[in-house]
Amino acid sequence: MRIIVCVKQVPNTDEVKIDPVKGTLIREGVPSILNPDDANALEAALKIKDEFGARVTVLSMGPKQAAFALKECLAMGADDALLLCDRAFAGGDTWATSNTLAAAIKALGGADLILAGSQAIDGDTAQVGPQIAAKLDIPQITFAIELQLKDSKISAKRQTQTGYELIEAPLPALLTATRDLNVPRHMNAALLINATETEVPVWGLKDINISEDETGLKASPTRVIKSFVPPLKAKGKIVSDISAVIKELKAKRLIGGVSS
Amino acid sequence: MKEVWVFAEHDNTKISQTTFELLGIGSKLASDLDAQVCAILCGHNMESLAPELFAYGASKVYLINSPHLQTYSAEPHAIAISQAIKAFDPEIALFGATPVGRDLAPRLASIIGTGLTADCTGLAIDEDKRFLQTRPAFGGNLMATIICPNHRPAMSTVRPGVMDKLARDPNRTGSLELFTPTIDPLSIRAQVKEVVKELKESINLTQAKTIVSGGRGLATPEGFALLNELALAIGGCVASSRACVDAGWIDKSRQVGQTGSTVKPDLYIACGISGAIQHLAGMQESGFIVAINKNESAPIMNVADIGIVGDLYQVIPEMLKQLRDLEG
Ligand SMILES: Cc1cc2nc3c(=O)[nH]c(=O)nc-3n(C[C@H](O)[C@H](O)[C@H](O)COP(=O)(O)OP(=O)(O)OC[C@H]3O[C@@H](n4cnc5c(N)ncnc54)[C@H](O)[C@@H]3O)c2cc1C
Repeated sequence: MRIIVCVKQVPNTDEVKIDPVKGTLIREGVPSILNPDDANALEAALKIKDEFGARVTVLSMGPKQAAFALKECLAMGADDALLLCDRAFAGGDTWATSNTLAAAIKALGGADLILAGSQAIDGDTAQVGPQIAAKLDIPQITFAIELQLKDSKISAKRQTQTGYELIEAPLPALLTATRDLNVPRHMNAALLINATETEVPVWGLKDINISEDETGLKASPTRVIKSFVPPLKAKGKIVSDISAVIKELKAKRLIGGVSS
Repeated sequence: MKEVWVFAEHDNTKISQTTFELLGIGSKLASDLDAQVCAILCGHNMESLAPELFAYGASKVYLINSPHLQTYSAEPHAIAISQAIKAFDPEIALFGATPVGRDLAPRLASIIGTGLTADCTGLAIDEDKRFLQTRPAFGGNLMATIICPNHRPAMSTVRPGVMDKLARDPNRTGSLELFTPTIDPLSIRAQVKEVVKELKESINLTQAKTIVSGGRGLATPEGFALLNELALAIGGCVASSRACVDAGWIDKSRQVGQTGSTVKPDLYIACGISGAIQHLAGMQESGFIVAINKNESAPIMNVADIGIVGDLYQVIPEMLKQLRDLEG
């Protein structure tokens, strides 16, 4: 059984600061982390490995430094890692990114199960997972909150607005993990030492059998034309007299008819 | 005539509120483009739901009919709608950024080979007739405006609770067009075995006019009893920050924010909530915001119309007392 887990290194958006003058993001000094949902995807893969045996490969597209996130995955128990890094891959939207990752998965010989985090905390799109599934023409189960493997089928609960759907899919299939799926394990000290010494292999455009026009910015149907810091509302007043607050809310008819 | 498509979400008995919001913004985009807004109604013999789509603004309803579309599932729905898109060539296609829309739209966009913008909070047509899709990124720290210049349809998922629906007009009608897709049963590999509705009570935060919301400042799950009392007194719904959901104090369905519901009540009372950007993303469009917080410099104070600096365990009982006195 081969499992490929797609992971992304992201800036910790909790610590992103805004330059109030220029109105841009200050990225310097913001720590990069393994995208939280991706850790849940990896944990799901490692659980299957523990129970049934599997080879777990972690795959990431990103800059050279993204190798750190992959080493973290190795230290959690992944068997091997691959980094896709090429200038041609840069600037891609979700269509182009999923095209690149799908091509790499094919070049790796495919997998029985492909796992990814539901969404990354920087882009927040939740699109790359299902778009990889479409490009590989395999079934998808997104926003999974529970997962079981039996008789070479996966059976999973998918979060919906009002509850969940129970879905069964034959392998190969792709599943995206939410943070409710499991609790990711910590890194293992011995594995971490190994991982630190490991050179993560890097693939470029020529290794994944697609052309320059099928990846990165060139292959992206969408374009970002503007980015800006969301305007905050004007600051209101600080009040300590609670009866005045109640009166104001009544006067504005925001509360009322309490007695009637 | 050009067309703006809206994917109609339903549970075989009624159309979702989000769909009506999409028809609202879809009508606006359509009028700016000299186009008409059309609803895509997938299912098996679902024409009975069409009048409600007309009532909320659809000029045309495409009835995509197949027994394979009886329950929602990504594979058959993506196949069916991709065939309809090829047949009718819409300009724009909108989906709710709901568990269904966020499952279906990416797969569909991938099959069609077009652009998809996730979780939009603003949609507009500019003077050059470009379709501008605005969405938050980096946890709401940044907004980005995105276009899809060369591929059609331009697709978006739209955050529920953000767009305004049109007033319901049961006299409005439109045309019905039947489309029968070709779906090979073998192409449906993932099978939905069971659809489970778990919500203990039907709460609809996105429709609430008054919300009393609690955060980690409550310090214990019992704090929600006090919030319930306040909500009861002023006729509101109780909601929460993610911190309390993570702590297991309250059900996830109550969470407001980027990964919860987006709410736009007339009155939002935030009690012991710091106002993290992800929380603000879900409530800062509220009509009037009252924040109760020990800390005067908590970020929630930056969006509050009224900030009450103090211990919520003193402030709320005092509010309740005042309300009772008024009732007198
Ligand atoms: C990817 C991602 C998505 C997220 N999505 C969401 C989301 O959808 N919704 C959401 O809410 N959060 C979300 N978060 C979490 C968010 O970053 C914050 O951690 C969370 O909102 C904090 O909740 P809080 O305000 O209740 O708690 P805290 O930040 O701990 O704030 C508690 C506040 O209570 C005040 N306080 C304490 N005691 C009292 C008292 N007795 N009386 C009055 N005030 C008191 C304190 O001064 C403080 O301001 C997300 C985070 C990430 C990374």
